[in-house]
Amino acid sequence: MSNDNSGWADRPESRRLIRRVLYAACILLVIADFLVHRHISTDIERVPAFYALYGFAALVGVVMAAKGLRLLVKRDEGYYER
Amino acid sequence: MAPDFHPFLPFAVAALLALATRGWLRSAILLAAPAVGLWHLTGVEVGTATALELMNLELVPYRVDRLSLMFGYLFHIGAFMTVLFSLHLRDTLQHVAGIVYAGSAVGAVFAGDLVTLFVFWEILGLSSAFLVWAARDERSAAAGIRYLVYQVASGVLLMAGLIWHGAATGSLAFVELGLGTPATLLILIAFGIKAGFPLVHNWITDAYPASTPTGTVFLCAFTTKVAVYALARGFPGVEALIYIGAFMACYPIFFAVIENDLRRVLGYSMINQLGFMVCGIGIGTSLALNGAVAHAFNDVFFKGLLFMSMGAVLYVTGRTKASDLGGLYRTMPITATLCVIGAITISAFPLFSAFVSKSMVMTALLEEGRWVVWLAMLFASAGVLEHAGIKIPYFAFFAHDAGLPAKEPPVNMLLAMTLAAVVCVGIGVFPTLLYGILPYDAVYSPYDLTHVLTQLQLLAFAILGVVFLHMTGRYPAEIPAVNLDVEWLWRKALPWTAAQICAALAVLAAALKGGLAALRREAIAHSDQRGLSSALARSWPTGSMVLWVGVFLALMLIAGLLTSVNA
Repeated sequence: MSNDNSGWADRPESRRLIRRVLYAACILLVIADFLVHRHISTDIERVPAFYALYGFAALVGVVMAAKGLRLLVKRDEGYYER
Repeated sequence: MAPDFHPFLPFAVAALLALATRGWLRSAILLAAPAVGLWHLTGVEVGTATALELMNLELVPYRVDRLSLMFGYLFHIGAFMTVLFSLHLRDTLQHVAGIVYAGSAVGAVFAGDLVTLFVFWEILGLSSAFLVWAARDERSAAAGIRYLVYQVASGVLLMAGLIWHGAATGSLAFVELGLGTPATLLILIAFGIKAGFPLVHNWITDAYPASTPTGTVFLCAFTTKVAVYALARGFPGVEALIYIGAFMACYPIFFAVIENDLRRVLGYSMINQLGFMVCGIGIGTSLALNGAVAHAFNDVFFKGLLFMSMGAVLYVTGRTKASDLGGLYRTMPITATLCVIGAITISAFPLFSAFVSKSMVMTALLEEGRWVVWLAMLFASAGVLEHAGIKIPYFAFFAHDAGLPAKEPPVNMLLAMTLAAVVCVGIGVFPTLLYGILPYDAVYSPYDLTHVLTQLQLLAFAILGVVFLHMTGRYPAEIPAVNLDVEWLWRKALPWTAAQICAALAVLAAALKGGLAALRREAIAHSDQRGLSSALARSWPTGSMVLWVGVFLALMLIAGLLTSVNA
């Protein structure tokens, strides 16, 4: 994958650093959820860290559903030209 | 004060002059048109209207109110940006079609009556078709025709609706129409086609990726935003739009995840963003309407920025498919950075423009107690992050290095992208710049602790979701493929059905022909076997004829003798 000529974004250590920053941000945001009083408009928002859970679930859900959709709609390139 | 003229005028003049000029002079003229127009707009009074009576029709070709003025500003800045992006071209077709197209969008938002709107609506559709055809290849030729069919259908419905509406109400004024009569329903569908409503959305994903690197940037800025303007003017608070908008926001994100052509991904992304606008118009409160039109304003720049960055990649490498690209951040660092700014903006991170507009629609949904739709839109927001926020920059500029030779695009392209990025960040950091020109009276502050915290939580954990899928090998690979959408019905099923009907008719015709031929053969065969050999048709020897004449004469003689004896 990577070699000495590769750019910064291809090096495993920079990728690891980016992931660690993300993990740290996620942890801080969940901690903040318990410290800060959010304005609540609907009951579902009362779930602790609701937005975090929903964001993760929605994204994984979208991608997994799209993989399922691919089974249904994927055709070879040039399908319409034939 | 500046002399007052119709805002279409500078664009029309520039289009004519562009036909006759070349090089830097044409560039200057094309840039001057939106610049002069914008300078003119800063001087016009809200409430200005020009009435005109033509063939007994009361027309208002030029009307300025806060809604039209906001879109007027938008289209002038957008036109400047897109013209700048296309200045390196030596292509009269694209320059002229582009400036006419931008001008017709301006004309449409200042139209005070439905007839004037219709005229600009048609120029908009026709001029933009030439931007699709400007790619001058087989794909764009076919896609341009399909694109034009949608645009013409929209125009025909608008004309039918406005005639019916005018005849029924006696007024052609373009004001709030509401969804009360079949006539206004026709007009709503006409607007809906150009806004990318469900089932009639595929012209966006079909034609936009088929156009030139620069043509697509023009296309993405105007048609759908004119439609959003028209919906906001004619149908605010129509409840059906809430659900149509929610569907538009959710449906395309699944297709965007698996689509390989990155400009087609952006086409789906565009429908998704339009969903937020249409939904806001459907809610119809001042806050929601402000959110809808503000999001339309911001979309021109962040979606324009993404389309421009993909246009730059296409211009430099000749490719836009995710499976062909990757690793360009090393050879195109400026383009990559600008693309990432667009990606962060469309994902609606705080301090970027989409955050300050989209959150207005989301807040309005909660204020109206529509929490099911709100959950759907929140779901769609996470989807945006995946396909536009991460997929676009990741597969083009990062991912595996495809080893394509590349360099930064021409300087005018970089300047146009920089202008868009400055607008994205500028409005994000100073939202009052945009809020000051919003047409409806609503007080809203995007930067309170709840909004910022919840949005960051949503986005950070959505990114975490992407990382999780990558690390566990569940993230779908980019595969060169075509994904079927509703358009399959008219691109495949309809021609197939027509071909089947034709084939069936051909079989029927062949059967009829065969039957007739058999009858004819039968008649001939029949006459051969019996007719020609029957007693009367047979050829007779002359001798027998003489014999029978002799017999006949002998009988006559005998009969004469007998009668004379008796006498």
